[in-house]
Amino acid sequence: MKSELVESNPFSKHYNKTSRFYTFKKAVLPNWDLYIIFLPVLVYFIIFKYLPMYGVQIAFKDFSPIRGYLGSSWVGLKHFNRFFNSYYFWRLIRNTLGISLYQLIASFPAPIILALVINEVKNKHINKAVQMVTFAPHFISTVVLVGMVTMFLSPRGVINNLISLLGMKRISFMTEPAWFKTIYVFSGIWHNVGWNSIVYVAALSGISLELYEAAIVDGANKFQRLIHISLPGIMPTAIILLIMQTGKIMNIGFEKIFLMQNDLTKSTSDVIRTYVYQVGLLDAQHSFATAVGLFNSVINFILIVTVNKISKKVSETSLW
Amino acid sequence: MRSVGLSDKIFSIVVGSLVIMTFIIMVYPLLFVVSASFSDPVLVLAGKVGLFPKGFNIKSYVTVFQEPDVYTGYKNTIIYTTVGTAVNIIMTTLGAYPLSRKKFYGKNLFTAMLAFTMIFNGGLIPKYMVIKQLGLVNNFWVMIIPDAIQMWNLVIMRTFFQKNIPDEIYDAAMIDGCSNIRVLKSIVIPLSKSIFAVMVLFYAVSHWNSFFTALIYLTDERKYPLQIFLRRILIQNQYTEGLINTSGESAAERMFAAEGMKYSLIIISSLPILILYPFIQKYFVKGVMIGAIKG
Repeated sequence: MKSELVESNPFSKHYNKTSRFYTFKKAVLPNWDLYIIFLPVLVYFIIFKYLPMYGVQIAFKDFSPIRGYLGSSWVGLKHFNRFFNSYYFWRLIRNTLGISLYQLIASFPAPIILALVINEVKNKHINKAVQMVTFAPHFISTVVLVGMVTMFLSPRGVINNLISLLGMKRISFMTEPAWFKTIYVFSGIWHNVGWNSIVYVAALSGISLELYEAAIVDGANKFQRLIHISLPGIMPTAIILLIMQTGKIMNIGFEKIFLMQNDLTKSTSDVIRTYVYQVGLLDAQHSFATAVGLFNSVINFILIVTVNKISKKVSETSLW
Repeated sequence: MRSVGLSDKIFSIVVGSLVIMTFIIMVYPLLFVVSASFSDPVLVLAGKVGLFPKGFNIKSYVTVFQEPDVYTGYKNTIIYTTVGTAVNIIMTTLGAYPLSRKKFYGKNLFTAMLAFTMIFNGGLIPKYMVIKQLGLVNNFWVMIIPDAIQMWNLVIMRTFFQKNIPDEIYDAAMIDGCSNIRVLKSIVIPLSKSIFAVMVLFYAVSHWNSFFTALIYLTDERKYPLQIFLRRILIQNQYTEGLINTSGESAAERMFAAEGMKYSLIIISSLPILILYPFIQKYFVKGVMIGAIKG
């Protein structure tokens, strides 16, 4: 493809005006039907992805539906200032980052450990069974997951029955702000650990058997083989996944938080995206909510780009 | 050598106990829901149900089936899933196929344009306004069209086409005078059955479990998918019509019936996936693996 496109590449040095027509005739026309095929996709992305980006301008305006996008007057950073100075600002930041980092630290190693365990199970049937059982929860919907968590942790639920059996006091988990993050993170691990381990299991099975055989000859025991062969073997995969998850820090799973939170736990459960839903759709403060959402998107964008750059330098693995 | 033998033994024991622990933690909650759904709700709430059903009965299932909301939700979800997945597959193919072709001039620009939406978006409110202006609020199609393509799935499909369909095939087809559309229909699609299976599964599961789109854009109860009703009953504890009709008069009895119904409802709502899961599991794994290769 490279050699073909050099002559028609508009960014190449030899590009001039006559070659634009040449490009069209040589590269575009013969494959005109590919453009027809692609058209609906392009239209979809423009309408549902790029039009909303155009609509982001209302973050800098006092939007009124009657006057429309263009008719509404510019107000500069008014909505941003209001957000930064609001009572909720630090609470939202604290919760968003708090839940994200907690999740990152607790749930990042889990699939790695699971994959290493699966890799050590040499019995084929048990191995298959473990994989099958650990993937299964991934297909439960978020609503059902939260429903199960709510039922299990209710004052008369399974967990509390166990607690009272041990002679301790029942805990009202779902209405206790201090418990929210922990419940969120660990139910998330249960939900997705198997699914997330798939990539690692595959990476482990890709490690050459000769390495293990050589290590056995050298007298390395199983644990040493795990530390010196298996673990380094999945490091590149782990780094890429770590990057991807770091990039998602501001995009914390909104749906599940929304389903799990209630008025009593808002102090620890309210994150930027649930706040945007609250003020934007329920209270209809369109411009203000857009500003808050844009703040979130921009931070997120910067985060992804930065993390990707760092990893490119440090480990030569990157997303693009 | 002896020390190696001993440490290996300890290692095996540790691995073995980890496996058993994982099994218990992963399976117990699921088994409990199944058992509880077949148990007497009074015993469930009293904490008498451990692993096996106590006071075996199917009353909870009877209650669920007398619930009009469950029928409405089930029916709607089936429709959304079928139509939605069909649209997803068509649109994703239309995007993935050209982008997989080397001769698609402007490919890099289009790819960048599509991929950019993965790392930046307009946000909830601007998207809501666009959908409102299109007249899609509370419209059947709002469950289908705004999510017509998941970018990640498009990347997976494109990568699959690139890796599995050699250029020679395209060249030969072109020499024979085949159009690109014809090549897609008669060569690419028949050669890519496995990736289509994966895509159908990915999209169908996400439609089946989708909740948020309906929450935001649908206002008419008759259009609600199952997940919205599930939230009401499971999480918000709302008493429902079917419950009031079937259970006894006392508030306590009603509460027990409501609790019992939750468990059977979870089973009923997850049934299609639970039944299919053992057969389709390997396709899911395959899909994840293709996606994991950097596109």
